[in-house]
Amino acid sequence: MSLQDQDRIFTNVYGFQPWNLAAAQKRGDWDNTKALLDLGQDAIIEQIKASGLRGRGGAGFPTGMKWSFMPKAPTPERPSFLVINADESEPGSCKDREIIRHDPHKLIEGALVAGFAMRARAAYIYIRGEYIAEAKTLFAAVQEAYDAGLIGKNACKSGYDFDVFVHRGAGAYICGEETAMLESLEGKKGQPRLKPPFPAGAGLYGCPTTVNNVESIAVAPTILRRGAPWFKGFGREGNAGTKLFQISGHVNKPCVVEEAMSIPFRELIEKHCGGIRGGWDNLLAVIPGGSSVPLVPAAQIMDAPMDFDGLKALGSGLGTAAVIVMDKSTDIVRAISRLSYFYKHESCGQCTPCREGTGWMWRVMERMRTGDADISEIDTLFDVTKQVEGHTICALGDAAAWPIQGLIRHFRPEMERRINERAGGEMAEAAE
Amino acid sequence: MADTPHIPNEAETRAKWGAFAWTPENAAEAATVIARYPAGRQQSAVMALLDLAQRQVGAETRTQGWLPVPVIEFVAAQLGMPYMRAYEVASFYTMYNLAPVGRYHVQVCGTTPCMLRGSDDVMAACKNRGLVKGATTPDGLFTLTEVECLGACANAPMVQINDDNFEDLTYDSMTALLTALSEDRPVTVGSQIGRQASCPEGGPIVLKEFAK
Repeated sequence: MSLQDQDRIFTNVYGFQPWNLAAAQKRGDWDNTKALLDLGQDAIIEQIKASGLRGRGGAGFPTGMKWSFMPKAPTPERPSFLVINADESEPGSCKDREIIRHDPHKLIEGALVAGFAMRARAAYIYIRGEYIAEAKTLFAAVQEAYDAGLIGKNACKSGYDFDVFVHRGAGAYICGEETAMLESLEGKKGQPRLKPPFPAGAGLYGCPTTVNNVESIAVAPTILRRGAPWFKGFGREGNAGTKLFQISGHVNKPCVVEEAMSIPFRELIEKHCGGIRGGWDNLLAVIPGGSSVPLVPAAQIMDAPMDFDGLKALGSGLGTAAVIVMDKSTDIVRAISRLSYFYKHESCGQCTPCREGTGWMWRVMERMRTGDADISEIDTLFDVTKQVEGHTICALGDAAAWPIQGLIRHFRPEMERRINERAGGEMAEAAE
Repeated sequence: MADTPHIPNEAETRAKWGAFAWTPENAAEAATVIARYPAGRQQSAVMALLDLAQRQVGAETRTQGWLPVPVIEFVAAQLGMPYMRAYEVASFYTMYNLAPVGRYHVQVCGTTPCMLRGSDDVMAACKNRGLVKGATTPDGLFTLTEVECLGACANAPMVQINDDNFEDLTYDSMTALLTALSEDRPVTVGSQIGRQASCPEGGPIVLKEFAK
């Protein structure tokens, strides 16, 4: 049984209705938010924990637990901050954009509720620089909320003072990494920090900070209104809730859609995307969670549940639920090589294995694409990805390594075919 | 490297931009931005101020704007930070142009989700209209850049031209778009096939009640 409309949180995901406050209130946002805050900080965190909500930004860390790491009694000299990660840059991901441009008040209300629960003084929403129109909407929505007394001093007449600020990025994928985001917010180039200290101990301006994805924050008020058991009712154990799936690539009708977690891949594509281009026999492989996760071949993904654990079992991951579908017309080596170029472009340059490794891996991948390589180099390439993975400050090194590992794991015969064909062609010429 | 920006001669740049100062509206905007951050943390505003400065340069030159060294110095001075710290920011983030660009900065997304849906055709449309990657056309109208994922993957392939997204492109619609821009004719922002945002083509499958 797939998700019904009355259980969808993002009812204006396509923007058929206005985003403004009046329309948002008609859709149920900002409905007696004071009552939610009156639950009390610890009760809100308990509810979110009980709902089973896991972070929607990719890592899937339990959101309620993350909030509970924040200090229980911050001082005015060392306030706590909530930073909301709207630096959506993972290739394949385009869900936060829909929330921000069509349902910004869900996010702002969520910021207040989450910020209150973790005893934060203010929220900074870090929106990627390329979302220019989206940022404009968000600035306007925040102003509306201030003007209506929903945020700011005595937010929603709750007696709690809470500010929401919008900070625009300027085009750097790495700023989606939480500590790079904090550096960027402080007006520096976005190079990740070493952890520990973790942001909950020393984050923005050295103060306790929690960084959450847009979707994790935006669903919080609805979870509190409808109750943790409602949210937990969707998806398999440990993978609760509804989720915005973003389907791109070779499906008949790409789209963004909210579905229940653990929906089988086939059902997701058939129901919402009009099937695979050229039919199911034409499916080659799927990158199920944004560019950073390894691809999964057609046969394995077709009936797999789309959730954290189901995709982990296939050696991949749910990531941001950005589903990139590739049919048999795809030059699979080029598709992955293009991702290698992406990581080369976006490496911040701080750690040597990533700075040098991403460029090296891309250059070798380009040779693999044309077959201008030796069979033994496939193993060398795999070996180098293993040397990059886990040897950098942040996970960009891992993210650059995994797609290549996935390619070698599943499409090694294709890589060897290209090499042999090219070498064979040359040998045949020499023999004549 | 092919994508290294060509930065104009320094003396020339200084002569032209040495006296850069905010317009009154931008001065007010800069003050608003700085007020978003705690006292003593005004450096946080550097990204927004560099963007504002680039836009002002753009408005003065009728291009998408860029950041000459004296302009970066001006922003650094206002925020009380060393020039090098501001330059680091300007050179780290891709949206700051360190060299002049044309009136329209055509940024074609070439990352895998767009590639799968035909960004090669979009790029070919640009090339066939005389645009060259990393360069500005001789008439100063178009600068072409291949950029990394711009986060509109369900509407791939797409380009961003200055502040606007153009989505669901084909070779023909991209060609038509460039022609319209070069002739100063109005263009449709967003999906070029009439899709509502990231709704499936042909109308919503879910949430039909909300589409009425």
